[in-house]
Amino acid sequence: MKYIDGFRDSNAASIVVRDIHRLASCLAEKSIEARIMEVCGSHTMSIGRYGIRQMLPENVKLISGPGCPVCVTDAAYIDAAVELAGRGVHVATFGDMLKVPGSSATLADARSAGACVHVCYSPLDALSFARENPDKEVVFLGIGFETTVPTVISIVKKARTESLKNISVLTAFKLVPPALEALANDEDVAVNAFLLPAHVSAVIGSEAYEGFVERHRLACVIAGFEPLDILPGVQGLLQQFAEGRSDLENQYSRVVRRKGNRIALSLMEEYLEPADCSWRGIGTIPGSGLVLREEFSDYDAAKKYNVSTVGGTPDRRCRCGDVLRGIILPGECPLMGKECTPLFPVGPCMVSSEGSCAAYYRYSR
Amino acid sequence: MCLAVPMKIIEVKKDGTGICELESIRYDVDLSLIEEAQNDEFVIVHAGFAIEKLDIEEANSRLQLFEDLAEMHSEQAQK
Repeated sequence: MKYIDGFRDSNAASIVVRDIHRLASCLAEKSIEARIMEVCGSHTMSIGRYGIRQMLPENVKLISGPGCPVCVTDAAYIDAAVELAGRGVHVATFGDMLKVPGSSATLADARSAGACVHVCYSPLDALSFARENPDKEVVFLGIGFETTVPTVISIVKKARTESLKNISVLTAFKLVPPALEALANDEDVAVNAFLLPAHVSAVIGSEAYEGFVERHRLACVIAGFEPLDILPGVQGLLQQFAEGRSDLENQYSRVVRRKGNRIALSLMEEYLEPADCSWRGIGTIPGSGLVLREEFSDYDAAKKYNVSTVGGTPDRRCRCGDVLRGIILPGECPLMGKECTPLFPVGPCMVSSEGSCAAYYRYSR
Repeated sequence: MCLAVPMKIIEVKKDGTGICELESIRYDVDLSLIEEAQNDEFVIVHAGFAIEKLDIEEANSRLQLFEDLAEMHSEQAQK
């Protein structure tokens, strides 16, 4: 597929990397260090997989942000899912969630103990299962950013159309723009540019960041996930530094439009409303979540089964919160590679393949 | 988690779904989140749903740029 392979050409990448070094030298003369936060976990994984961090000059740092939805899912949410599974509900989830530690157990533990936990490629798999098993109660774990939210809400819409009553969603949807605001306002977070997510932006549109860039005067580039998306993204940010600009650039214009995906946005608007939301290791960010509107509460698993998704007691030794805000690098966590490994993760950043700690463990140690 | 891949639409069905192809493998894809899906268009697929169309003109002009850069690299390597 040329629309994948064409963005991985190593010869073209060499030229872009050379220009990045040229620009970085100009910045070094002015003692400028580019501290670029990639907000999306898929960027983090790609940066690790293709060794992009190692291609960059000393004064260009890529710092992983809180862009993996698994990594920022609260322990209490896992506790609620484990409780539901224990009550005999069929829990359907994306595979990454299985090993995320709750306060005392994971969904994998629950499954080992005999609970019905189904791994889905798509929310549609959960809908099919509910349709084919009308005597079973199904809860889909609705985690994710704006990319995933419309796909999950689509099954609520389809279930309503079909009058299916045995499926609901345990929501922990999160929004990127409020998280960017929180990061930009956090004095401990030392970044001066953002590599903005690809497919979140496809849904919300580049317009969603315009106010943020205007308010904070930070260089921002929307970039895809291939090496020849990320490297030109970094190049674009350095060019902005060199010219003294702080603009919003869309380097993923083959997919991202200014207004985003109209159908997905109106579906989200119809079914969901903003709510304050707790991000694991970071805390509550105002207006950074989405919950089902009252009229759809039949499909809200938290209400249907009266389970709480707040509170929880994650392992206090875990420094995922500091990793997610770019305050420490994954390698600086004392648990890294010792007590915390992909096989036995202590924190959520080690669980997901897109978590910064998992990417560090796999590619950078 | 936000990973999505480009696929080519092979067939659009009346129920809002379709069949898409990537590397000669065909997938059932829900097309209800995009407007007026048509055969031979490319879409970005995430978790079984097409979430946006690929703008072929934009993609091709970007690829042309990278082809030019790759050629420049080869010429410089030969010198």
